[in-house]
Amino acid sequence: MNRPADPASARVRAVVERAEHLYRDRSFGEVRAWKQRTGSLAIGFMPVYIPRELLHAQGVLPVGIMGGGDDMEIIRGDAYYQSYICHIPRSTIEMGLNGSLDCLDGMIFPATCDVIRNLSGMWQLQFPDRLSRYFDVPQNFDAELGGSFYRRELESLSDELVRRGARALEADRLRASIEVYNQNRRRVEDLFELRRREPWKVPTHELHLVLRAGQVIPVEDFTPMLEEYRNAAVEDTSRQPMDQARVLLTGAFCEQPPLGLIKTLERSGCYIVEDDFVQVHRFMRGEISAAGDPVDALVRAFLHDAVASPIRYIGDDVKGAQLVERVRQCGAEGVVYCSASFCDPALLDQPMTIRALEREGIPYTAFKFAENNGQFQVIREQSGTFADSIKLWSEV
Amino acid sequence: MPDVSDRTAAVHKEDSQVRQKNMIAAHYARLARAPETGDKNVYTFVPGNLTELIRSFDLLPVLPEINALQSAMRGKSRDYIAVAEKLGHSEDVCTYVKCDLGMMKSGNVGPTGERLPPPDLLLLSYTGCFTFMKWFEILREEYTCPVVMLHVPYQGDGTITDSMRRYVVDQLRDKVIPALESVSGRRYDEARLREMLARSARAEDDLVAVLNSARQKPSPIDAYFGGVYYIGPIFSAFRGTVEAVDYYRALRGEVEERGRQGLGPITPDGPMARERFRLVVEGPPNWTSFREFWKMFADEGAVVVASTYTKVGGVYDLGFRHDPDRPLESLAEYCMGCYTNLSLPRRVEMLVNYINDFDADGLLINSIKSCNSFSAGQLMMLREVERLTGRPGGFIESDLVDPRYFSAANIKNRLESYLQMIEQKRAGKTA
Repeated sequence: MNRPADPASARVRAVVERAEHLYRDRSFGEVRAWKQRTGSLAIGFMPVYIPRELLHAQGVLPVGIMGGGDDMEIIRGDAYYQSYICHIPRSTIEMGLNGSLDCLDGMIFPATCDVIRNLSGMWQLQFPDRLSRYFDVPQNFDAELGGSFYRRELESLSDELVRRGARALEADRLRASIEVYNQNRRRVEDLFELRRREPWKVPTHELHLVLRAGQVIPVEDFTPMLEEYRNAAVEDTSRQPMDQARVLLTGAFCEQPPLGLIKTLERSGCYIVEDDFVQVHRFMRGEISAAGDPVDALVRAFLHDAVASPIRYIGDDVKGAQLVERVRQCGAEGVVYCSASFCDPALLDQPMTIRALEREGIPYTAFKFAENNGQFQVIREQSGTFADSIKLWSEV
Repeated sequence: MPDVSDRTAAVHKEDSQVRQKNMIAAHYARLARAPETGDKNVYTFVPGNLTELIRSFDLLPVLPEINALQSAMRGKSRDYIAVAEKLGHSEDVCTYVKCDLGMMKSGNVGPTGERLPPPDLLLLSYTGCFTFMKWFEILREEYTCPVVMLHVPYQGDGTITDSMRRYVVDQLRDKVIPALESVSGRRYDEARLREMLARSARAEDDLVAVLNSARQKPSPIDAYFGGVYYIGPIFSAFRGTVEAVDYYRALRGEVEERGRQGLGPITPDGPMARERFRLVVEGPPNWTSFREFWKMFADEGAVVVASTYTKVGGVYDLGFRHDPDRPLESLAEYCMGCYTNLSLPRRVEMLVNYINDFDADGLLINSIKSCNSFSAGQLMMLREVERLTGRPGGFIESDLVDPRYFSAANIKNRLESYLQMIEQKRAGKTA
């Protein structure tokens, strides 16, 4: 006998469908509509991290550009890159060339890696009339050194935005923006908490879509979307637990795997209970205190509260310590390294963090992907075997 | 930046090459004797290196990239890379890193066959290459010595701002110098540093004269294959020393004499008889088949008149000189001015100027699989340079020290096709 449809299921579906529409809309219709409505600037940014609060306070819409995914045909982008360079810059260039990004008033390229760094120069050459800004961040985390430098970088970025038509940065507005993003971080964290507790309620392929949607809509719309999704997912009684292995997925903090790959991992017997996807939403651990000078607050947060991402220098701490801590906190039974091919930060980091896992006896498996992969059978077999081995033999 | 020895025998050597070989061999010998002599050393990187500062504390620099390329020239890199890959390092990442790690895991035997001492200090000069940061995180796990990091901001919009300069100077003063004092047991001696910087500037003047000699026709030097020998001392352990001043003075004299006589460059098979093509080359060379690679060019009468690889340790030809009157500011500007720390538009501008100033036939890019800092964006740079100069561009691919990515037949084929294209363009012009 069929159970009556749970109205919460329909609500979940509605949120996910909207998120998927935003995720697949390469014309950035929502951004165009926002610009038309507000007459303000929209600035794209590449992974991993920029201080979105600053843009928000100046009335600018930060738009996360995370590549073209698996449903975009690369016609010209491949002519810009050799075969041994990752995929995200190809699809980004493709979107620039085919007009998808025309709605943006500029692009920010943070200090993620040499490929993203050099893409900033390519953008300057290709689109000389638009803002193309390399955003440097300190790798020295001393407040007087890296902190001072970072503050000057923030001020310089702010000045550049003003020159492009944004309003001036005011302390009160920045404090308010920090609070808006703090609220957003709380809602994101709520969802992650629910997934850790009841992963069957929050499948990662859905969570991923919701987080991606948050890249292209104003934070004021994104936060209610998170709330609605979480509330509906909690109430959805049709979602029941299965006997799956709990895994932490790491390595995909910049180029994102195709949705099909995430679904494949879940179908192969893994509950992904923690991940690095769309990391800008969780780059800061906890909230940013806006007390005192709000620019200093952004600086302090960057220096002291950011995650131990492979794009940050680990000078004093033990490499992999934070990964082990995350494994413990989320109750993962194993780690899946899912890194983009040719991703220097992820792949150079991996052997070091693997050693940390091995010291703790935490099982792991590793594979690579490109955002446009279409075949997942091999990965399904690998992750399925990994999940089985955890269920059968793991003592974690 | 090799010394002059190579696996293949019967190589013609200039006096300066012999001198350079002796300098580098003596440096490695001194490092090998360090456990007995008590000499202390600092592992650091070539781009943005702080050789004068390190040496002002009587510390010896050790440059892992140089060790890696030297290992490659001696046919050892394949095994070293295999060691690193067995330890879990991806086939996708920089082979310098893997070669260095493999060498270390295999006993840390240096290019001269003697064991190198472990570092007394890891000085991470993070300039122009993201991988450097990871490289030293990896080394940090292997050694127990202290680590100090100098973060050098990237010239994203093609300029050095006051903020960037201040950041680097502050790090030098507050982090790097105290670390060097602690390891060496000596106080920072600015007067000594100034003396060394003055010597650096003299050597830099002579190096620039050598590089600019390629404006002559025929060029008395090859500014890529020969150029890597010329930059060896100044990019590595010798900047600021009397030996470097003497070497560059002698080299300049040798090159100017060749110029006066109207001679072409020395190649592995002796002096080049006829200069048929003048090329600008972008990207590092391949080290595993260095001589074979060079010979492909020399056999065709192709001379490299300017290259960007010879600017990874400083763009002296654009006017930069170490300045004894502004020691720390000058070091900061040096670090930020290295070629791979420049924005792509600046790199394009340099290449266009080289083609025009050296009257080159075109730009050839040797794109290196290992090196995203160099390689990401090169195809676009090629098109830009072609558009701005009207001279044809060529593209070949290889790797730094991984012999699996050197396909001689493929490279030779592409090079010959490119040179034919240049000839056809010339014929078209004269028809």
